Amino acid sequence: MNVAAPSRDVPLRIVPLGMFDARRPQRMVERSLYVHRRSWMVIVSGFFEPLFYLLSIRVGFGALIGDITVDGRTIGYAEFVAPALMAAAAMNGAIYDSTMNVFYKLKVSKLYDSVLATPMSTADVALGEIAWAMLRGLLYSVAFLLTMWALGMTASPWIVLAIPACVLLGFAFAAVGMAVTSYMRSWADFEYVPAVQVPLFLFSATFFPLEQYGSWSWIVQLSPLYHGVALVRAANLGEWSWGLLGHVAFLLVLAAIGLAVTARRLRTMLLT
Amino acid sequence: MAAAPLITARGLVKRFGDFAAVAGIDVEVESGESFGFLGPNGAGKSSTMRMIGCVSPPTSGELRIFGLDPVTDGREIRARLGVVPQQDQLDAELTVEENLVVYGRYFDIPRAECRRRAAELLDFVQLTDRAGSKVDPLSGGMKRRVTIARSLINEPSLLLLDEPTTGLDPQARHVLWDRLYRLKQRGVTLVLTTHYMDEAEQLCDRLVVMDGGRIVAEGSPRSLIQQHSTREVLELRYAPGTNEERAHAIADIGDRQEVLPDRVLVYTHDGEAALHEVHERDAAPISSLVRRSSLEDVFLRLTGRTLVD
Amino acid sequence: MTSSTRNRVGRNRVGTPPAVRVWERSLLLHGRVWKSSLLGSFLQPLLYLAGMGLGVGALVDATTGSPELLGGVSYLAFIAPALLVAAAMMVCAQDSLWPMLDGFIWSEAYKGMAATPLTPGQVSDGIALWHATRAVVTAGGFAIVLVLFDDTRTWGLLAAVPVGVATGLAFALPITAWAATRDGDRSFPAILRFGIIPTFLFAGVFFPIEQLPAAIQPIAMVTPLWHGVELARGAVLGTLSAPAASLHSAVLVAYVFAGAVLCRRAFGRRLGS
Repeated sequence: MNVAAPSRDVPLRIVPLGMFDARRPQRMVERSLYVHRRSWMVIVSGFFEPLFYLLSIRVGFGALIGDITVDGRTIGYAEFVAPALMAAAAMNGAIYDSTMNVFYKLKVSKLYDSVLATPMSTADVALGEIAWAMLRGLLYSVAFLLTMWALGMTASPWIVLAIPACVLLGFAFAAVGMAVTSYMRSWADFEYVPAVQVPLFLFSATFFPLEQYGSWSWIVQLSPLYHGVALVRAANLGEWSWGLLGHVAFLLVLAAIGLAVTARRLRTMLLT
Repeated sequence: MAAAPLITARGLVKRFGDFAAVAGIDVEVESGESFGFLGPNGAGKSSTMRMIGCVSPPTSGELRIFGLDPVTDGREIRARLGVVPQQDQLDAELTVEENLVVYGRYFDIPRAECRRRAAELLDFVQLTDRAGSKVDPLSGGMKRRVTIARSLINEPSLLLLDEPTTGLDPQARHVLWDRLYRLKQRGVTLVLTTHYMDEAEQLCDRLVVMDGGRIVAEGSPRSLIQQHSTREVLELRYAPGTNEERAHAIADIGDRQEVLPDRVLVYTHDGEAALHEVHERDAAPISSLVRRSSLEDVFLRLTGRTLVD
Repeated sequence: MTSSTRNRVGRNRVGTPPAVRVWERSLLLHGRVWKSSLLGSFLQPLLYLAGMGLGVGALVDATTGSPELLGGVSYLAFIAPALLVAAAMMVCAQDSLWPMLDGFIWSEAYKGMAATPLTPGQVSDGIALWHATRAVVTAGGFAIVLVLFDDTRTWGLLAAVPVGVATGLAFALPITAWAATRDGDRSFPAILRFGIIPTFLFAGVFFPIEQLPAAIQPIAMVTPLWHGVELARGAVLGTLSAPAASLHSAVLVAYVFAGAVLCRRAFGRRLGS
């Protein structure tokens, strides 16, 4: 009768309540695919957003701002801003998916309650949802990159590495976003999300170089977006240094913290 | 496996801070039987169900389901359970059929098999024509049936139903009872909570009455009525505010009486005879009713209050 | 009859205007989030002005030839009045999508209002009044922030606020009319992506529309945002000629008027028996 009884693998049972007791997070992703089967138009229309932003940079600031000097190297302003916008898009997408959407499923539709009645675990849910947010981020990043390339705004072929960079950035923001969402009490709390998101967007060395922040630059370096922007920019210019590993490490740590908090919060909220 | 009970609980406790929702209960459910937790809201039924469903770790005591420990083997147990939660918790972003298929995927059932079972189950709950519909426009009774179909997608041998018919209209309840009865015929073990007496009498082979986190009685509906009530009950309705006074006048009629805010109940072997006697005492009520004793009366006897929310 | 009940009856006879009663509900709903929303009204402009005005502005102002393109003013002075108007547009546009659908479908509040002696037209007017309120708070907050900057501390700010409100309504009313005909939010992301965002980027807020290709310029000039931006910028920087002022104002008023008519019609169809 019990066709579905899963095989028990020994190692995982030794740490029965382990934080990362995830076995099939892909099932959550599968659910999201089912949900979005019919909303492909929304996703396709999302391809136009980078186009508009990049065009406005090209048309507007192309004339208003000449070449700028970053780290002793002179580059066109569009070349400077475009990678930053790509990273920012990954951030915005991840935040949207992991806050409003997750809150709806957590508190309104009670989706996770019904999922946890099956062999799925809280870690499956957390990892699966974050993975979905990342997948969407991947899709948007590819769209962004293609648009940049079509507009001739890419500087080197290494820019393809901007995609994994954006996925990592999206992962970090999705993990943290979901962790924060688990503490939200009502929709009204979401009014505070832009209060964090907008400063990150404007002041992560996105629109003007870090040098310009003067003695405030250490604060900018606390912004996760800053580290994502740095990675995408390096990829675009094809300039590699060991310092980039620091950016990667920063985002990885953030993602791990977000993931751990999320899995724990889901457990205390849903499995009481 | 045949001999071992499906569910065993000994001294099972669930605390939330200082509050003991379940204050030490012993329960055994045999394979193939239909078992009910009966009690008012807040009696600890749902907490017990959540522990059995392995989504709520017990505070203390012993709990075994299929002989497994929910704390360490929750995943394995849940793989063999069907759960119908109090709120349907259907996936509003999916269609009826997708709800079943996606749910089946959580159990790692191959997609084609999920689709096959979904079609079969929708037929079973008579909702085949709504397979492509979204969940939202469905009526309460239909949603409930979808939830039951969904809970059966992994072909569970044990089905947990938390207040399966609360909030449904009488017709929808009967349709649901019929489907649950068929499942029972197929050998599925049903464990349900309810605060409806008629439901417990309809569906349960055996039940426990819970109050304040404890079990106050246990047995089949019939034996509980026999043990804790009389054969018949006479219900008397007097002018508002005069119940106490009237009840006093007829206190020696029948085996026992119960004064409720709106009625006086007289427990007796012969209701008609008792009513006759009441009339002879010049205590004629505004209206009266003689009926068979029910679980409601058992409950009143055991807890001293009515089963209102 | 006691004096207090007489008073109540008396007040009803004089009557709170029906549209104001509709507006009161929105105020009540909004009351729960006023703190964060007020925070947004001041914080967002401050952030955008610091980031775009000062940060990017430093780069623009250092580029030879840019001041001429901007009409001889700093980049901060150039974008600040425009951002004021654009912020009103953004707030009003978003308020006209999902919250309206909520009133029609999810909470059915508008249906409930139409079941009272209120007419659909009065409900529509009340909603318009609410959009105007949101625009006043947004534009007003922005104007107060602009007083902090030397380049924008002019009496023209007093004119920029009503311009912002008119621009906000020029978007809010037609969009509300559209939302009133919808049964779902399927089209809403597209309205933002293909309508509001491109307008925000290309209607002269961040750079003069003369920089756009000649073929695109007329499209930018059709949007209410461009007219609002020209008016507010001209008023704050003192560069507005009387004919230009009347032309832009006339266009904005026409948009608002047409929007109000559309709104009343759409509400009438949706809520009328």
